[in-house]
Amino acid sequence: MANYYTDTAELKFHLTHPLMQKIVALKERNYTEHERFDYAPVDFEDAMDSYDKVLEIVGDICANTVAPHAESVDAEGPLLIDGHVKYAAGTQKNLEAIVKAGLMGITLPRKYDGLNFPIVPYIMAADMVSRADASFVNIWGLQDCAETIHEFADEEQQARYLPRIAAGETAAMDLTEPDAGSDLQAVQLKATLVDGKWLLNGVKRFITNGDGNISLVLARSEEGTADGRGLSMFIYDRDSNAVTVRRIEHKLGIIGSPTCELVFKNAPAELVGQRKFGLIKYVMALMNGARLGIAAQSVGIADAAWREAVSYAKERVQFGSSISKFPAVYEMISKMKAKVDAIRSLLYETARFVDVYKAYEHISKERSLTPEERTELKAYQKLADIFTPMSKGLSSEVCNQVAYDALQIHGGSGFMKDYPIERIYRDARITSIYEGTTQLQVVAAVRGVTMGGYLAQMKAYEVMDVKPELLGYRNYISEMTSEYEEAVKMVMEPANNEYTDFHARRLVEMAGNIMMSHLLVLDTNRDHQYWKSLDIFLKIARGENRGKMEFIKITNPADLGKYKIDG
Amino acid sequence: MYKIIVLAKQVPDTRNVGKDAMKADGTVNRAALPAIFNPEDLNALELALEIKDQYPDTKITLLTMGPVRAAEILREGMYRGADAGVLLTDKAFAGSDTLATSYALSCAIRKIGEADLILAGRQAIDGDTAQVGPQVADKLGIPQITYAEEIISLHDRTIQVKRRLERGVEVVECTLPVLITAHSTAPECRPRNAKRLMRFKRATTLSERHTTAEDYLAVHNDQAVLITEWCAKDVNSDLVQLGLGGSPTKVRQVENIVFQAKESKVISTDDAEIESLMQELISQHTIG
Repeated sequence: MANYYTDTAELKFHLTHPLMQKIVALKERNYTEHERFDYAPVDFEDAMDSYDKVLEIVGDICANTVAPHAESVDAEGPLLIDGHVKYAAGTQKNLEAIVKAGLMGITLPRKYDGLNFPIVPYIMAADMVSRADASFVNIWGLQDCAETIHEFADEEQQARYLPRIAAGETAAMDLTEPDAGSDLQAVQLKATLVDGKWLLNGVKRFITNGDGNISLVLARSEEGTADGRGLSMFIYDRDSNAVTVRRIEHKLGIIGSPTCELVFKNAPAELVGQRKFGLIKYVMALMNGARLGIAAQSVGIADAAWREAVSYAKERVQFGSSISKFPAVYEMISKMKAKVDAIRSLLYETARFVDVYKAYEHISKERSLTPEERTELKAYQKLADIFTPMSKGLSSEVCNQVAYDALQIHGGSGFMKDYPIERIYRDARITSIYEGTTQLQVVAAVRGVTMGGYLAQMKAYEVMDVKPELLGYRNYISEMTSEYEEAVKMVMEPANNEYTDFHARRLVEMAGNIMMSHLLVLDTNRDHQYWKSLDIFLKIARGENRGKMEFIKITNPADLGKYKIDG
Repeated sequence: MYKIIVLAKQVPDTRNVGKDAMKADGTVNRAALPAIFNPEDLNALELALEIKDQYPDTKITLLTMGPVRAAEILREGMYRGADAGVLLTDKAFAGSDTLATSYALSCAIRKIGEADLILAGRQAIDGDTAQVGPQVADKLGIPQITYAEEIISLHDRTIQVKRRLERGVEVVECTLPVLITAHSTAPECRPRNAKRLMRFKRATTLSERHTTAEDYLAVHNDQAVLITEWCAKDVNSDLVQLGLGGSPTKVRQVENIVFQAKESKVISTDDAEIESLMQELISQHTIG
């Protein structure tokens, strides 16, 4: 039977990363929960066995339920009926299977009916669901909202809402408005306190799964304010029936995922956490989780595209031979695979960083951390903060490149509606736009360049033990690191912020190429299978970085004027 | 509350067979094929689970006869929602044909005790006989509804079932107890549930525990669910009616055949037509 987990050895490979020992012990509080919950693990091996077996259920549902529905979901899309969303028939069946399999609330604690899984296996599930149907991962993946409720809502709210999500209710994060997209400080939706209760009024736009059961809503609670400090976070429960879906957007891709325009009319809502912290604290946390989710979606879509390219190239015969035999074609395909391996390694490295610091954060609410633990929390949080935007930004761009090349390999057939690649190609396009465009990921990531966070991590990778035969690759990467250091210096020297912004993406991409090369060295060290991807990726990375360095060398701040748009 | 017994069989997956699926002597090469939960037995389990959705205190016991490793499908059924599993295993059962199998199963069902409903797949993909379900009903002296596609209603002691027949559907009504065999057009079984999997993955039979390392047991034993395991004696069965000896079916020879007729022939159930079919089969040496 087809299974997206067992047919992708890379998933199990990343699941068994050495750092998991630490992550699982933290998440399971040293394996103490089995006294209260009969499904909790007794030790590390038991926990890993459970992740493995549960991921096999996910792989089964993805291959045999979600993927077979992808085409009809894309053709049908959701419907707007009496101000509410009706999912496409396939989406409904997918959701039913996922809920019956108990795959909502994967990372939630057991006391709220969750599975208490770390983020790594959760992201693996997202990776597989995305490969099966990128539009469905949006609905399923919004269980991320539960994580925000878990982190910031009070105990009583958690007890009321979290078990509902674990039982299969869907969620939404209502942030953007017609005039507040990338710039969320401009949010206008009004929250007013009437007789001790909050009421929401206004419009939200581009809300994924906007008709979900439980929504986190960003609203202006402080009258007379105009920036992010006047915004608070609220929970809106669809059972209140005070929000209407005015429109479902017609989109290029991820058609099965309903993107809604919502009208709030005196909608009752509950404040989450503290007033005025909505954007500056809670949305930032929510977005970081969501960005990791989109990185996973990008990897899953890229994986699907690569597989379509391989199978088409093998079966398509031209000039008396399968086209996969031609250098122009096999080069494209093997580069795709190397890139997919690279962004997947970056994804799981990021997920591990997030796992360690989040686990410490939750533990710190139960007891005070030791000084060593506190230091570790800080270190991993810093890594997570610079790796998350890098992972989202770069993997979504790679996802688009891979989808583009995969369609190209299909030739004219790829342009027709006859093969899955055209859907995958359309679905890929959103990944570099939503949850912050690549350009905004760069704004977040460039701090890792200017503050030296990336460089420190490159140096840390450089001294990790690897087999002697990998040291040659290491040396190449060290040269690339020196080149990167020089590039950073050249860009920073004029001390001109606009000039730094101008080169920011180049520098982040250079850093990303180095990081992924290091990760592939470490992967190859654990499993020789990665050797080809390492070799191929490193060549791409060296070429790209050299080109970027050359560009930096031949530009200076005076050039900016030529790029500026008149008027 | 209803007490339901679901009959299930672990079968070689004959749906995607490779070159090595058959041995030279014409028997199934079980080692080359993955062992799976017989597909229509999963449909039967789903029908049982739907009753449980409606009447949550319903108890579903999964019963299978087979080697020790058949406990795998009991766990699989528990992951999907069955409450308990019973493994019927004994060398005395080896070589059983459908008659001996249904005898053994009926003894086990009596031992489990009063069941309101017995559900089974219409047939297993390794034998395609579709005989075991009806024979079990006969041995227990209860009515049977075969080819079930949907349970339309169940109130008190009355059940209404839609049957999928060759040329349409038929809705029948019956009072409990009844044995129902599920057709492949019945709803597909729900997926394994993550929490149930983690809860029952350590559920084992006594035979499995004897082959497990002791240190593992020391850690896991206190939590693990014990799957009931019965031998021929446990279910008070008459040894003469079991296994090869209790099986009137004797396989003389197995050969590959290629169908010559492209179309099928439909025979009505009146005595004259059946009589003439028998004559035809005997005269062509198809049987006899």
